[in-house]
Order: sequence, then structure tokens, then C-alpha cells
Amino acid sequence: MPEFRMPSLGADMESGRLLEWLVSPGDAVHRGDVVAVVDTDKAAIEVECFDDGVVSALLVQPGEKVPVGTALAAIGAPAPPAITEPGTITEPGASPGPAAAPLPSVDAVPGQRLATLPVPAVMPAPPAVTPLAPQGVSPLVRRLARQRGVDLTAVAAAVPGQVVHRADVERFCAAGPPARTSRVRASPLARRLAAASGVDLAGVPGTAEAGAVRAEDVYRALAGARPGPDASATGPALPAKRPSVPTAEPSTVPTAEPPTVPTAAAHAPSAAAQSHASGMRRAIAELVSRANREIPHYYVSTSIDMTAATQWLRARNRELDVSERIVPAALLLLCAARAAVAVPELNGHWVDGAFRPAATVDLGTVISLRGGGIMVPVIPDAANLTIDHVMAAVRDLVERARSGRLRASALTGASITVSNLGDQGVDAVFGVVYPPQVALVGFGAVRDRPWTVDGLLGVRPAVVASLAADHRASDGAVGARFLRHIDRLLQKPEEL
Amino acid sequence: MTTEEVHVIFEQTLKEIVPDADLSSVPGDTDLRETFELDSLDFVELVERLSKRIGARIDEEDYDQLRTPDDAVRFLVAHAA
Repeated sequence: MPEFRMPSLGADMESGRLLEWLVSPGDAVHRGDVVAVVDTDKAAIEVECFDDGVVSALLVQPGEKVPVGTALAAIGAPAPPAITEPGTITEPGASPGPAAAPLPSVDAVPGQRLATLPVPAVMPAPPAVTPLAPQGVSPLVRRLARQRGVDLTAVAAAVPGQVVHRADVERFCAAGPPARTSRVRASPLARRLAAASGVDLAGVPGTAEAGAVRAEDVYRALAGARPGPDASATGPALPAKRPSVPTAEPSTVPTAEPPTVPTAAAHAPSAAAQSHASGMRRAIAELVSRANREIPHYYVSTSIDMTAATQWLRARNRELDVSERIVPAALLLLCAARAAVAVPELNGHWVDGAFRPAATVDLGTVISLRGGGIMVPVIPDAANLTIDHVMAAVRDLVERARSGRLRASALTGASITVSNLGDQGVDAVFGVVYPPQVALVGFGAVRDRPWTVDGLLGVRPAVVASLAADHRASDGAVGARFLRHIDRLLQKPEEL
Repeated sequence: MTTEEVHVIFEQTLKEIVPDADLSSVPGDTDLRETFELDSLDFVELVERLSKRIGARIDEEDYDQLRTPDDAVRFLVAHAA
């Protein structure tokens, strides 16, 4: 039986502080469920569970800071149905076998504590999940909502785009009887907008069927009246996190999740934001120092004609809805991922004196944050995505990174990283490889440049693609092959 | 829509992407992308939201007309449904 451990959310992370449990003992959990929120030096990260089972014990309390790898919770066999009260179970209970005391010890052998527990033939079903309940809600919150007779969908509407936490349900209950919200009929989008902009839905005349409030009605209310005390106005003057409201139509996000929006509470702790900013600076400093100390870099670059790519994008974007528009940066990301498949010597990690190629291209994407610092979330298996999926993924990641709600799974395991500084107006990027990766791809701005074709000088949109790579793992010729491949792909964007 | 209405919508939308954006503190001919550090994804987001709110499609060819706050409001007033 597995343990749920403090994950490593980046090569530079040594420890993390448990901020909040989203489950309690006795809860059934499934692979991919968000079970805890962990504070790294950089940001608060939602951490998913990697196993199916039942939480048999929480080994670390909220507020505790523990090293990476520390067991945070024991995930065991399904407990007898008698367990209903959270917090009462501290051990794997009535199960036979030598259950050791659940101490938060770092040196515990993985799985040993629960190894003798009987393995259930069938995993327990999750506790009565409302099919319409918002995604990512922990079992604990579902149970609390059930106990209080609260409709989670309504809570989610009041907590726009955010994963619903226990505190949200409690706040929702404290705010007034559920009847109050059910009186105002409004679309989910209208509710999100209203919550994000501080508009009281009760005061908005609805124009939809039966007087229900639609998004347009909220916009009209916003346009007609001076906006109320909106969330952004109370935000810190220089937020390290950049919160934003949901896209009006979350259709570009491939997951079924609502777009990320911080609660009002997320705006308040500017002290936390500042501590993240300085923690992030420290973490970056440590990582790049290690990179420059250990990695003998080499650099190559090439100018690429972007005529075909920009024309293709323009034609494509002209036909499609604004929400499906693709930016050149997404196209460059996809080409880099595909080129990494063709040149596998650059896709992987340098571990114990040898290069270990990665099975898929898990593309790290450098995202700069307002107020300074960077996050490098990952697009898993990016080479097998379509351009639309890459665009959706990168939009989702940017939104999450800037609102400080990245998932743990999005921060780990990049096999190669891309840094695009084109929007900052630079011509070319000569980056620092993220250890233990062995390559960093850079893109500058796509701009019109003098270009010779068949001995004639013309003007064409062009971009400088560059590569910083670990010379221990590859040589310049490999880097050159990689950049040539990107060039070839960009000449036939319609084949991507 | 009046210029005032559009201005409110524009500022509100910009603030959703850049929470500390304050249009009253910058000249009307300031470069939006540079001043508010909008990257291409931010800009697409801004355009998408504005497009929905004024009920008119904004094409990539129109991006040049959204370079400054004054330009943007002028363009949006002219194209609002």
C-alpha cells in the first residue's frame, strides 16, 4: 500500500510546507485527485494523489515544513464503513498486521508500514459524488457540503474557477442560507463574472428566460454603473502573482475544469506573495548557479524564415473564432517538441554521469511572472499534441502560473525546455540549461528582416531560434541538426 | 455604446488581465503592450474578451488599432454592436 509523499516540484525544491489537507482519514481517493495544497518557496501548489485507495492516516499537520520525500499520508486499503468522522483515525485501524505508529519520519521505507494490510479486491467507490459537482473537489469537501446541505455547484459559482475548498463551503454557509442564491437565477458564467467583478446579482435585471441573469446582463450592469469594489482594486500594488478572471468561454482549455480564478482571499496576502518572490529569486539563483557550475554549455543559433508560418497562422486565425486563435509562440513550442523527437539526444536528463533519453517530450515552458520571477510548467507529451491543444495548454498554464494555482503534475519532469522572449522584443535567447535536462531552446521576436532569396534581397518575417545545450550529452552538430529540423517544420506548418 | 461605456469596459477587461493596470495614470497614447507588459497570450486574451463584450469580431489585422488606450477605445466604439 502506498504512501503519499511530499513531491519534488522542481529540481531546486528541497522541502515544502503543507498548507492544507483536502482529504481526511477514511476518505476514498483516486489517482489524480487533488488531496493537498503545498507551499514551495515559489508558490502554493495543488498536489494530486498518485494512487487509488483510502486515506488511513494524515502524518503531517498543516503548517509543517518537511523535506521532499517525507510521507505525508498513508493510503491504505478501504476501511470498514464504520469510519465516518474525520480526524478520529490515526492508524490503519482494525487491520491485522504490525501497523507502526504513523510518525512523519523521513527514513521510513516506502510502503513498509502498510505492506501487510490486505489488498482489497475492489477499490471503494467514492462517496456519492454528485455528477454535476465541480471537478477537483476533495472527498472531505463533498462530505461537508452534504452535511450542510449545500449545493457544491452553487459554491463553485461563488468561487469562480477555483477548486472548492472546505473554507469556501464554510464561507458559503456563513454568508447566508442557500435560498438566497437560488432566488437569483443566473447562468454559471454570469455568476463567475459577478463574483469576479463585485456585482451583486440580485441587483442585475435578467433578460434570459424567467428573468435569469445572463453574462451580457452583468456586462451591461458593469458598463452602466461604476464598478463596485472589484477584486483587483484591493490587490497588492505589485503582485507577484497575477490573478485574472475566467475567460468568458472556457472552451480552449482541454481539461473539463473551469478556468482558474483566485478567490478574494488569494489577493490579500501580499506578505505571502513577497515571501514567494524572494523565495523564488533564491530558488532561481540556486538552480542557475548549479547549472553554470556543472553544465559545460555550448550555444548554436539560426535565423528562420517565418513567411510560411505567419501566413498559415493568419489565414487560419481569420477563419476561426477569436477564442481559437493561435499565437506564433504556440507554433514554435510545437515545432521544438517535434524536433526533440527527431533529435532524441537533446531530450532527456543527465544523471550519474550519463545521458538518459526521455520516452516522451515533456516540454518545459518558461513563463515570466508579473512582479518578477519565472515558473517553468510542463506540457506533457507535447510532440503528440495538435497545435490547438498546445495553444490551449499554454494558455491554461500561463493563467495558472500567474494566478498561483499550478498543479504539482504540471511542474515536474520536463525533458527539454523552451524559453520564448520574443514578446520582450529581443532578437535571440541564449539560455541556461535546467539541470538535469540537457537542452534549452530559445526563440526571439518574429520580425521583418532583410532576407536574401535566389540572390535577391527582400524583407521577410524571421525568428532566431537558438539552443543552449549540455556539451557532456551532445555536440554542436547535434544542436545544429535540431535547429535545422525546427526550420524544416516551420516551412510546412500545415503538416503539423 | 458611448465612449464612456466603452472606456469602462476596456479598463475593466484590461484589469482582469493586469490587476494593477490604472489607465488614469498613463497617457492615452501609451503603448499598451509595453506599459502593461502584455505578452502575446495576454493580448489574445484581452482581444477575445473585448470582442465578446462589444459583440464584434476583432481580427489580427486590427491589432495595430489597439496599440494605445485611445486607439483601442476609438476602435471599439466604432465596432461595438
